[in-house]
Amino acid sequence: MGELGKPANIFTALVLVIFALTPIVAPALDESFYVIVFARFMIWGIAAVSLNLIMGYGGLISFGHAVYLGIGAYTVGILAFHGVTSAWIQWPLAIGVSGLVALVFGAISLRTKGVYFIMITLALAQMIYFLSVSAERYGSDDGLSILARSEFGVSFFSLNDKTTMYYTIFVFLLASVFVSWRLVNSRFGTVMRAAKSNDTRVQSIGVGTYRYRLTAFVIAGMMCGIAGLLQANLESFVSPDMMSWHRSGELIFMVVLGGMSTLFGPVTGAFVFLMLSEILAGLTIHWHIIFGPFLVLVVIFARGGIAGLLTRRADRD
Amino acid sequence: MTDALEAQGLIKAFGGLTATDNLSLSVAPGEIHAVIGPNGAGKTTLVNLLSGMMRPDAGRILFNGGDITRMAAPARVKAGLARSYQITSIFRDFTVLENVMLSVQARQGHSFRFWKPVSRDTSLMDPARELLAQVGLGDRVDMRAGDLAYGEQRQLEIAISLATEPSFLLLDEPMAGMGPEESQKMIAFLRALKGDYTMLLIEHDMDAVFVLADRITVLVYGKVIASGAPEEIRNDPAVREAYLGDDDTEHENGEGPADA
Ligand SMILES: Nc1ncnc2c1ncn2[C@@H]1O[C@H](COP(=O)(O)OP(=O)(O)O)[C@@H](O)[C@H]1O
Ligand SMILES: [Mg+2]
Repeated sequence: MGELGKPANIFTALVLVIFALTPIVAPALDESFYVIVFARFMIWGIAAVSLNLIMGYGGLISFGHAVYLGIGAYTVGILAFHGVTSAWIQWPLAIGVSGLVALVFGAISLRTKGVYFIMITLALAQMIYFLSVSAERYGSDDGLSILARSEFGVSFFSLNDKTTMYYTIFVFLLASVFVSWRLVNSRFGTVMRAAKSNDTRVQSIGVGTYRYRLTAFVIAGMMCGIAGLLQANLESFVSPDMMSWHRSGELIFMVVLGGMSTLFGPVTGAFVFLMLSEILAGLTIHWHIIFGPFLVLVVIFARGGIAGLLTRRADRD
Repeated sequence: MTDALEAQGLIKAFGGLTATDNLSLSVAPGEIHAVIGPNGAGKTTLVNLLSGMMRPDAGRILFNGGDITRMAAPARVKAGLARSYQITSIFRDFTVLENVMLSVQARQGHSFRFWKPVSRDTSLMDPARELLAQVGLGDRVDMRAGDLAYGEQRQLEIAISLATEPSFLLLDEPMAGMGPEESQKMIAFLRALKGDYTMLLIEHDMDAVFVLADRITVLVYGKVIASGAPEEIRNDPAVREAYLGDDDTEHENGEGPADA
């Protein structure tokens, strides 16, 4: 069986086709509601892809990654609040601020390892979370409504158009995977992957790994910042909840569920995670009681997530 | 001529245990200097100190006359001081070729290159293939490193270090865990490297040491108890008592009983 015929790849292709066709098919089926839902899924997909870059390929389990969703989104929200709605200002700033925060947080947290790294990334992210909760001017707990979406100043491209919004997100999703693919297979990515499996060995062939990890951390932060600025535009709303530690935990689950250190794993992981929670939430208000154990089982029995599960099945056949 | 490597009064303690106890030794350019000693003597600790993986509590390390005591491990490699590991330390999920390509990449400078796939980078692949052919792994390049036979993994371990183009090799028990046949191959391999590289060879296997070394230092409980040419070491009563004596019991072809 060829590469493309592998079940994991078929599943990935299926998810991508669903994403690609939803704005065309959903209205025809009178289910327009799904356009927003899947747009949301794709934004989480971008965030999960960015986390996978450092967690899957770099071995850095950041438990505060959702903070960059929040920073990207709040940058857009706060600028809009002060009347700055140009995308040409908002987007570079959102990405830049995300990168800057990632630089500072990475510089601190990457001096530690293992559980300490997990705890410090969590603690640093919580700082920003509490900052947003206490920012009364910007709505505190209640969040901040965004009155105008990012403007590009051209007539043919407006995020107020639902389809344009949707496909903009879709393109960013594909771009995030493409960028990951290039990064992972470059010299930079090779150092990252090697450092994940054996950091001291990388040091003893003459490469100080810290600055490579820090760079990866910053790239992942910026990529997640993009997810955040898209989310702010999609929802026209930002709130502290976007970057609570629950969200960071969910991101980790999406990556693990889809298959760590696989390119499309985080995308399918986000899709399955969010789809299941939608379906279960529709069945019963106690859906967490089912969902929690399900996730535990996936982690225990499906090492390598969906991608791993489907690949093993295929190899056995 | 300045020594290639010189350790002066190195001390390293782990809690109450002094693993390296006021250790001094020097290695002249081009020679193979073997360090032997029973398990727990502090041989690996010495390699860790010299390679920069650990900091000594006291003492100095000179490399080609320059003080490298405070130099970080990667910088020492860049200066030409490479090490190998007693416990095989290869990238198991990389292919054999990728393992060596990473070293080539490290030698070529920084790795802040984000876009071009390494699998299409002939400036990495060609030197890596060449080196692998030299060390006898030429027909294994595309295998997953973790799937190599144990002896081949040990060869790869050294190839990874060689690919950094060092002038000096710190080899921590290259024959560790090998059968007699594999050991013989490794000895022949190291002998072929002799002259091109200065080496500090940590070894447990007496026969290999006497075949390869120009000088031998014997370490017991972190202390140097003897240092000299192989013949002197062979006949040193203190060494025979402390080390060769009990080594005989493990070696079928061991030396005769001590004459002291
Ligand atoms: N990182 C460490 N922490 C604590 N003790 C150590 C450490 N590394 C080595 N030791 C101890 O130092 C002594 C020397 O160990 P080592 O250098 O590995 O000996 P050798 O390589 O000669 O067998 C041993 O008693 C060992 O237990
Ligand atoms: Mg040892």
